[in-house]
Amino acid sequence: MERVRRGLITAPAAWLQAGPLALVFVVFFVLPLALIVAVSFWQATDYELVPAFSAQNYRDIFAGCPRSGGDLCVTLKTYLSTLKFCALTWLITATLGFAIAYFLAFHVRSTLMQTVLFIVCTVPFWTSNVIRMISWVPLLGRNGLINETLLAAHAVDAPLEWLLFSDFSVVLAFVHLYTMFMIVPLFNSMMRIDRALLEAARDAGASAWQAVWHVVLPLSKTGLIIGSIFVVALVMGDFVTVGVMGGQQIASVGKIIQVQAGYLQFPAAAANAVVLLGVVLLMIAALLRLVNLRKEL
Amino acid sequence: MKDDHSQPMQPAGLPRRSVLKAGAGLAASGALGFPFVHAAEKVTLRYLGTAVNQDKAIAEKFEADTGIKIQYIPVTTDDVTKRAVTAPNSFDLLDTEYFSLKKIIPAGNLQGMDVKRIKNADKITPLFTKGEVAGKKVGDQGTAPKKVMYLESATGKTFAKAPTQFMTLIPTVYNADTLGIRPDLIKRPIDSWKELLNPEFKGKAAILNIPSIGIMDAAMVVEAAGLYKYPDKGNMTRKEIDLTIKTLIEAKKAGQFRALWKDFNESVNLMASGEVVIQSMWSPAVTAVRTKGIPCTFQPLKEGYRAWAAGFGVPRTLTGKKLDAAYEFINWFLDGWAGAYLNRQGYYSAVLDTAKAKMEAYEWAYWMEGKAAEKDIKAPNGELLAKAGAVRDGGSYEARMGGIACWNAIMDENAYMVQKWNEFVAA
Repeated sequence: MERVRRGLITAPAAWLQAGPLALVFVVFFVLPLALIVAVSFWQATDYELVPAFSAQNYRDIFAGCPRSGGDLCVTLKTYLSTLKFCALTWLITATLGFAIAYFLAFHVRSTLMQTVLFIVCTVPFWTSNVIRMISWVPLLGRNGLINETLLAAHAVDAPLEWLLFSDFSVVLAFVHLYTMFMIVPLFNSMMRIDRALLEAARDAGASAWQAVWHVVLPLSKTGLIIGSIFVVALVMGDFVTVGVMGGQQIASVGKIIQVQAGYLQFPAAAANAVVLLGVVLLMIAALLRLVNLRKEL
Repeated sequence: MKDDHSQPMQPAGLPRRSVLKAGAGLAASGALGFPFVHAAEKVTLRYLGTAVNQDKAIAEKFEADTGIKIQYIPVTTDDVTKRAVTAPNSFDLLDTEYFSLKKIIPAGNLQGMDVKRIKNADKITPLFTKGEVAGKKVGDQGTAPKKVMYLESATGKTFAKAPTQFMTLIPTVYNADTLGIRPDLIKRPIDSWKELLNPEFKGKAAILNIPSIGIMDAAMVVEAAGLYKYPDKGNMTRKEIDLTIKTLIEAKKAGQFRALWKDFNESVNLMASGEVVIQSMWSPAVTAVRTKGIPCTFQPLKEGYRAWAAGFGVPRTLTGKKLDAAYEFINWFLDGWAGAYLNRQGYYSAVLDTAKAKMEAYEWAYWMEGKAAEKDIKAPNGELLAKAGAVRDGGSYEARMGGIACWNAIMDENAYMVQKWNEFVAA
């Protein structure tokens, strides 16, 4: 929004240049979003929407919160579970993504090799999401490859049940899917780092670790934050991965919205979507406080 | 939203409905209508339904017979209803389950099907028109088809109590569902719904995650376990919903369920991989497990079956050539070839006489009369389903369909039920 306002005070030409994109944004983003917010205050029967102004949908979301009958209410529990996946996935993808991007940027010298290795990183995306997730079953399942190997090696007495349809498998699938979203921006940031700075660090007596920690990490912060925004937004809104890998037994905010929309309870789904949007925006705002993206890019 | 523009012009509806439609566009994940091609003479019918019913062979045979093209739009059970209510101009032919009519008919999006234009209307099995199998009444808890079979008028939005000239849906296919089991892994007879929550199968059971159907399976379990007797499983009070969901949540917390499934293929995978040994299942899924050479039984249970039925409806705005083509397809569908095809998949067709004429005597004896197979029984695609000598699970048509305990349903407290179901998933 701020960018648009800044355009207003500069030349009209710039305003015209920004116009088409702004229009697309208004029609395909702002308008639908406004509609969702409006509908979230409506009421619905089984087959029609009833325009109204009622906070009932929001009251329903937080019914019984924070606690009902000794248990956390559904909404809080669902958000906590989703946030947990978010934190774990972020931690692992950030670590992995940083290591892989570092390797690609600083250890692989030829551009050809970098390109080839980059393509290797995208291999998981060559098949459809659903097929990728279904193929975890023969690997992680009760009679899957890993359990059969462990049993044959007498490492375990009974098949490990927590490999599939568990928090573990959900995080595993997330990491598998989203590490790429960390690698790309991190790699991009690292490629812009002036190699002379690393030499200077060496000359000043820094060890390899110190150079990574004090030079590379701060200078790739922008990439890290952009990658984090991708991962956070994707994990918070996901319901397919949690559904398939959690054996449909783990709740996610996206799943609740999907079920409600499937049962034509659009106002309730819209209210949930608005709450989710608020939470994600807060998280992204917090991330953006850590780095001034416009200055860095 | 964008897809609405590719639809043909339509008379302006209530502004409320167009907003609803816009909302649906936002929420729908899949693409809405496909832009259809206007050929000079050739008519294409856009057929909205679930993938289970949309067989390529049926569309090909129909096109070969009549020159009319069928374009399948496969979506999930819940999405069929959603689109029928929110985007009634995105299809020409609706294949949906009877229970969803409680949402679709009041929305006024379907036209009454004129019985006079359906050649075999009087031969439709009395299960639909009177709720009877072989002269005997079957269970009618839930949305039994006879309750929503007829409309007061062609444009009616209310169901008629007695038969009229206008049907809501022309029935096509129906079945009685029960639990699927892996007899090789369970190694003992199973005869009651309560076994689904038997701790013996802890971590090896599954229930389906489609709220309106899953709740019925859960209710069968609650009754079988002697916890409660519902006056009407298909229309629970809030208290009854609470009790049913509480039972499910306790089982879930104790680790009873290995997974919940939403998609037909997921249930096949769970069973075939041995992750699950007892679960809610659909008959073609059992068939699919079996064709992999893995033993799987669609186990008849003493409390009876949960039945479902589907049929064809036509959107109110369909007229002219397309409407004629829709009637032609429906008449063709009831004429035997498709019915025989469905019967060979383990479903039942709406007009049995015409299907019988297109089946071999030994096939009819196996599928419909519950007799031991004289020869190997093959699926329509030629895969071996049962060896000579085998008997169909649940026996004859009368034994299976006569054992219906309840029907898939939309309850009055549907919104509350969905909310509680979400609690079960989150628990």
